[in-house]
Amino acid sequence: MTPRTGLRRRLVGANTLWIAVVLLVLIAVFGALRPDAVLTAFTLQTTLVETSVLLVLSVGMTYVIITAGIDLSVGSVLVFSGVTSAMTMNALHDGNATTAGWGVVLVGLLVALASGAAWGLVNGLLIARTGIPPLIVTLGSFGAALGAGQLISNGSNVAGVPDVLSDTLGTGTWFGVPNLVLLAAAVTAVGALVLGTTAFGRHTYAIGSNEEAARRAGIPVTRHLVRVYLLAGVLAGLAGFMALAYFRVASITGHDTDNLNAIAAVVLGGTSLFGGAGSVVGTVLGVFIPAVLRKGFVIVGVNVYWQPIAVALVLVAAVWLDQSRRRARDKR
Amino acid sequence: MALPLLDARELVKHYGNVEALRGASFTAHAGEVVALVGDNGAGKSTLVKCLSGVARPDSGTILLDGTPVVLDSPVAARALGIETVYQDLAVAPDLDPAANLFLGRELRRGGLLGKLGVLDKREMRRRAVASFHDLGVSLPDVDVPIGALSGGQRQSVAVARSVVWASRLVFMDEPTAALGVVQRERVLDVIRRVRDQGMAVVLISHNMPEVLAVADRVEVLRLGRRVARFDAATTTVEELVGAMTGALSQEDA
Repeated sequence: MTPRTGLRRRLVGANTLWIAVVLLVLIAVFGALRPDAVLTAFTLQTTLVETSVLLVLSVGMTYVIITAGIDLSVGSVLVFSGVTSAMTMNALHDGNATTAGWGVVLVGLLVALASGAAWGLVNGLLIARTGIPPLIVTLGSFGAALGAGQLISNGSNVAGVPDVLSDTLGTGTWFGVPNLVLLAAAVTAVGALVLGTTAFGRHTYAIGSNEEAARRAGIPVTRHLVRVYLLAGVLAGLAGFMALAYFRVASITGHDTDNLNAIAAVVLGGTSLFGGAGSVVGTVLGVFIPAVLRKGFVIVGVNVYWQPIAVALVLVAAVWLDQSRRRARDKR
Repeated sequence: MALPLLDARELVKHYGNVEALRGASFTAHAGEVVALVGDNGAGKSTLVKCLSGVARPDSGTILLDGTPVVLDSPVAARALGIETVYQDLAVAPDLDPAANLFLGRELRRGGLLGKLGVLDKREMRRRAVASFHDLGVSLPDVDVPIGALSGGQRQSVAVARSVVWASRLVFMDEPTAALGVVQRERVLDVIRRVRDQGMAVVLISHNMPEVLAVADRVEVLRLGRRVARFDAATTTVEELVGAMTGALSQEDA
């Protein structure tokens, strides 16, 4: 038995392959309907840019869900981090950071990451130490982080984002590829490698598969869970900074369903809500299915309100497939 | 007789108002299979938990090679060469057999990659396949999640994992419970082989004929205390059952 055949069988057995097929079929169908509008560099570029922020959130969410957890707070943490970052940058530059330089931008980035890390740490400590279900803990921080962001910003969006940031990370490109997309791709690649090849990744799977077995095997489960939620928080902070750069404003609204979109993307990508199985590669595919549906519906002229319905159908089918696969396996 | 490898004396363990162990003692020597038997609720599982670091006794002493030890975690027990096959197996069903064998003790790659935590999956798989072969564990496929294997195969992997890592003592809590006839014999063979390497094997089982077939000695627990010790070669199932139910007792146990 060579590793190659093992790999091929694992691919066929995995949900990831089927999700990839679904995505390719979608692109092919839309492409066949409107080849002139769908398969263009512009469509590709805008689709990628619009999914970059969600992709970064979803990479963190993948780790969380593989531990059989959930993080409802990512969208609110994104808002909170954007607000603290923008307000810090403004404060450092006489109340308006539009003309500020790279030093201020760097401080803003660190504040965004630290804000995300703080919420991730709170989530992780509560979940790993107290045994309160992740759903409840992060439902709490979902409300609290948004409330805290609104308190700090007085309930309004924070403008004054440095131009040097918006013009580079926000809308700049590198050989035609948007910088925002490059950053998201780099985060995704690192996330995929760490999950797939390192002890950290292996322990993430083990905890989600059987927490008690992991504990008895000497894996520091509590510490590891804290780190996983910390990672999700830091990535939400980074996503907040990216959104800030792109939209030139730290927005209070518009992120109410980011958490659900990230969860949907992760689950669509074949990661099991029961934990123990999943991949970042699958999550990438899962992020693009709703995005391609939305873009495709707009281009071919289908009422765009069909998009959430179509996503819902695919999502429910994906979870159903996962469940029946597990049931068939565990019956033996 | 030589100094026992493991000598537990007068262990007491309460769970709330329930007294699971009331001064239980237990002895195991290197190079022997000692069976720990008792009726349901006699305290077998609690005793094994105390001796494998999963639970801490409220009082009593545990001597390893004559030295008092504190087993405050499974990791501490394993550092002393003590491994356990748990009744509920404690495997990760979504991971493959090699990953389960190396769970918590993953091999890293050399150099910088290893420092970054990158696993040497190929080497782990190679060693796992070799270990399964050595122990007579036959798996149809070493690249599938362990949850896709049969109950017996899963159990074989759990047994293999403890045996591979143990250096002095292996606890096996009902290791043959889920197995068919052929696989049961395989596990018993593994137990004998481990003993012949000079380790102590503690077998917890409800199957009295099996106990007498594989064990060198038998210790009987009843109501949280050791009530009898037997030499397996000269003991009958009736005597064991008598000791378990309280019909027969040895004052000096």
